[in-house]
Amino acid sequence: MDFEDSPEEAKFRTEARAWLDANAKLKTTNTDAAELKETEDKTTLTAAKAWQAKKAEKGYARLTWPKDVGGLGGTPMQQVVFHQEEARYDVAPSGPFNIGLGMCIPTVMAYGSKDSIARYVKPSLRGDEIWCQLFSEPAGGSDVAALRTRAEKDGDDWVINGSKVWTTGAQFSDYGIVLTRTDPNAPKHKGLTMFYLSMKSPGVEVKPIKQASGASGFNEVFFTDVRIPDAQRLGEVGQGWQVALTTLMHERLAVGGGTGGMLDVPQLLQLARELELEDGPAIKNAAVREKMADWYVRSAGLKYTTYRTMTALSRGQQPGPEASIAKIVVAPKLQDLSAFAVELEGEAGALTGADALDDGAFQLAWLNAPGLRIAGGTDEILRNIIAERVLGLPPDIRVDKNVPFNKAPTGR
Amino acid sequence: MNFDFSDDQKMLKEQAHKFLSEKCTPKTVRAVYESGKTHDAALWKQIGELGWAGAAIPEEFGGLGLGYLELCVIVEELGRALAPVPFSSTVCQFAEALIVSGSSEQKSRLLPKVAAAEIIGTLARTEGPGAILPKNIRTTFKGGKLSGKKTAVGDGMDAHFAVVLARASDEPGERGLQLVLVDLSQPCVTRRAQESIDPSRARAELIFDNVTAEPLGKQGEAWSDLNRVLDRAAILMAFEQVGGADTCLQMARAYAMDRYAFGRPIASFQAIKHKLADMYVNTELARSNAYYGAWALSTGARELPLAAAAARISATQAFDYAAKESIQTHGGVGFTWEYDCHFYYKRARELSLALGAQRVWKDKLVTQLELSNAA
Repeated sequence: MDFEDSPEEAKFRTEARAWLDANAKLKTTNTDAAELKETEDKTTLTAAKAWQAKKAEKGYARLTWPKDVGGLGGTPMQQVVFHQEEARYDVAPSGPFNIGLGMCIPTVMAYGSKDSIARYVKPSLRGDEIWCQLFSEPAGGSDVAALRTRAEKDGDDWVINGSKVWTTGAQFSDYGIVLTRTDPNAPKHKGLTMFYLSMKSPGVEVKPIKQASGASGFNEVFFTDVRIPDAQRLGEVGQGWQVALTTLMHERLAVGGGTGGMLDVPQLLQLARELELEDGPAIKNAAVREKMADWYVRSAGLKYTTYRTMTALSRGQQPGPEASIAKIVVAPKLQDLSAFAVELEGEAGALTGADALDDGAFQLAWLNAPGLRIAGGTDEILRNIIAERVLGLPPDIRVDKNVPFNKAPTGR
Repeated sequence: MNFDFSDDQKMLKEQAHKFLSEKCTPKTVRAVYESGKTHDAALWKQIGELGWAGAAIPEEFGGLGLGYLELCVIVEELGRALAPVPFSSTVCQFAEALIVSGSSEQKSRLLPKVAAAEIIGTLARTEGPGAILPKNIRTTFKGGKLSGKKTAVGDGMDAHFAVVLARASDEPGERGLQLVLVDLSQPCVTRRAQESIDPSRARAELIFDNVTAEPLGKQGEAWSDLNRVLDRAAILMAFEQVGGADTCLQMARAYAMDRYAFGRPIASFQAIKHKLADMYVNTELARSNAYYGAWALSTGARELPLAAAAARISATQAFDYAAKESIQTHGGVGFTWEYDCHFYYKRARELSLALGAQRVWKDKLVTQLELSNAA
């Protein structure tokens, strides 16, 4: 047991480091303030695109992809090593490209024509074109297959009407993959079809959603008579659910990345060292210490679980099911820890922004935490997934599974 | 990155699992409970023959000298099977006290007997309810003679030897303390069996009346030595807890799949599914923390105290949750004597108390965080 690189990993790490040294500067501080805030403004986006293009030239933009589509043909472990190294440098975030490269483009590569693969893969790798994923709807969140956006055949075209919601990055995306209902008379999973489309198509309207924190990371997207050719269909008509499962399968655990910039026990410890409570320094308070230990063992447990996953990758094995627990641990912990920290501050904890302690970092985390417990699978759906896929428990009984979609109960 | 057990270690684990599946079923545990015996002597003897007790004891002291990673996988399997043997007190605590504080003569004399499971050893710290504080230790060791009373001593009725925390001088606090090695077969040792939560880990009161004994380690270092022993034991016993938690999850799962209510298996209700998912998450976190502890123990890393506290807290919480929610999943039958759930519920609490309460370990953990500055 050790935490060392294998000789191949060490060799790759040296190469990655040399390239990063030549193309970027090391971070000067440990805390990455940028990561704590949602900065998806124009300047950040321009910088992100420039850095993405640089990585793409070297094959580092998606280094597990084959060389002929612009990857490096590398191993998942090399991807992890590159992420670790990249995180040490002061570079623009890769967030705007993650959904496109992590989910949309793999779906295009699996179901698209040769022409569309040749047309779309490289520009997206370079960050020249950004993709979003248009699945969730007002009537289909956790139950995404209940979606109602219609696509109707009209000659060689399809005409899309309806709306999507919670679409991350739609405001700066060039393309999207959209899951639609093409047959309302079929049971809900069987009447779906997947397409891709330009977000600049006539009839597409993007409206940002203002979140509880005041920021806007998500959008509503409205489709009014949006006309797209049949060539933009991904997979067979009525097979959209199978295609969507492929998309979601690619939404793998971001090994080695992810929670880096999030508030956790180190920041709470720092706060407890600075604050005085009714009975003395907060760091000496038994209740504070007990809570801190509880959260520490969950963070540490997750960190070493990631190490176990990385070990499996390093040995060329499939990671075990333990890789599925991350979000269910991180999101509720962030909510509890940030609420506790804000309470420690007493009445002054009510302040946010510049007047608040640490520029209101705990307040902001607390405001964002509810979203983290919902986005990308709610706590409840994630528990279902662990129960069904890891523990092999029976699926829920579904009263709408074998009825025509337009006859299924909707409650309204 | 190589943060997993080796193939050889996994094979050893599999062998231990196979052996215990045959020789240590829930019936074995039940037999100990219902016979009034304190442990299964035949199983303990076989464990001695297999060399498990000496897995981490160096060859020069009669062990197999395999290492702590090997010991960890064995302990996990013993925990999974709820083995009613004095392994934890003898191997995880008593032997570790000898390894941490013993002279080479003391090690040569006793470790070979531990390795062969010929003797049972224990650690005697507690004198009453509440915190164990240096200023409250009243057992004395003066002129080579031990006097005083220890309570709730693990495997105290069976132990041949004990390492006892005693006061050796009038110097205040930690400085007057001494760890003492005592042969419990002497006539001036009185033992009294105590009722305890987990009868398969029976506890006893030990009364020493001017008993001949020898110092273990140096006076003045007893408190820090004891804490080192507890850290090492915490890592090993975290594996025992993880094994136990895993069994509770498997039992609850099996029952929920078989049991029908409202026309369907109760495993199909989200209230049950989410409970089992939480058991799984807690147990995996505990397993990962225990692995880190195993790494620290096997390499002697300076992170050991932090790793030990994290492993201990995480594993205690996981076993506690799994044991109580396994009963809840079983419903009414879960708290009958006839079903096995209560054995795990009791063992989980026994293990959570064995090396000191969570409160103590949480305080230790944060102290380590403050020291490390890593946080």
